[in-house]
Amino acid sequence: MPLPPLPLEAIAIGVHVDDWRGAVAAAGDALERSGATTPEYTKRMIAVIEEFGAYVVIAPGLALAHARPGPDVHSEGLSIVTLAEPVAFGHPHNDPVSVVLGLAVTSSDEHVLLVAELANVFNDPHVIPSLAAATEADAIRALLGVPTPTEEPS
Amino acid sequence: MKIVALCGVGVGTSAILKINAERALARLDIEADVTATDVAGVRTVGADAQVILTSSELVAAIGKTNADIVVIDNYFDVDELAAKLEAALG
Repeated sequence: MPLPPLPLEAIAIGVHVDDWRGAVAAAGDALERSGATTPEYTKRMIAVIEEFGAYVVIAPGLALAHARPGPDVHSEGLSIVTLAEPVAFGHPHNDPVSVVLGLAVTSSDEHVLLVAELANVFNDPHVIPSLAAATEADAIRALLGVPTPTEEPS
Repeated sequence: MKIVALCGVGVGTSAILKINAERALARLDIEADVTATDVAGVRTVGADAQVILTSSELVAAIGKTNADIVVIDNYFDVDELAAKLEAALG
């Protein structure tokens, strides 16, 4: 199963943030813009890290921001934010973070295929630094192996 | 054999950890059942597990267990997973 198409609204490149909360909020904003979630979901993604710590930093430089399914998730969605200046999340090995993925799912079961595909993409250790260095949405889509939406003006 | 992949909320990161742990186990030729769970569920799901895979950030949340707790730094690094699983199970 390929990853869902990433609309332009779900991609933010070279974002300036002050701290990890700003980085997660940017990933949440991108999910909201793409229509997948409401602002409440963004707050819940931040709350997960406040409760459990920086475990969402699952690889060097990469955070997978997410929360449980809920009424604030309209549809399954993925967003990606690259940071102009990397920020620390407080992870002992994988800080600082330069790429934040935002993930929203509507049920605990449906996300399995989606994350399997994410695992395929990121098993290549070059993908994270390449994403961090990308300057165009299409370069990010190519690295993630997702198609460019056809309705989008070029 | 039962292995538990633990994350804070049980979707997303624990599923990635489960998938890559299964890849590492296949490489090691070890038969095991890998279950993804969250912090709230680990006491019950992990009760009969031999290994709990998780992030350094969540070790304190596991509490008392008979399972080996294996901390994974890079969830996408199948080499790291294979080496640490081999050490824990070998």
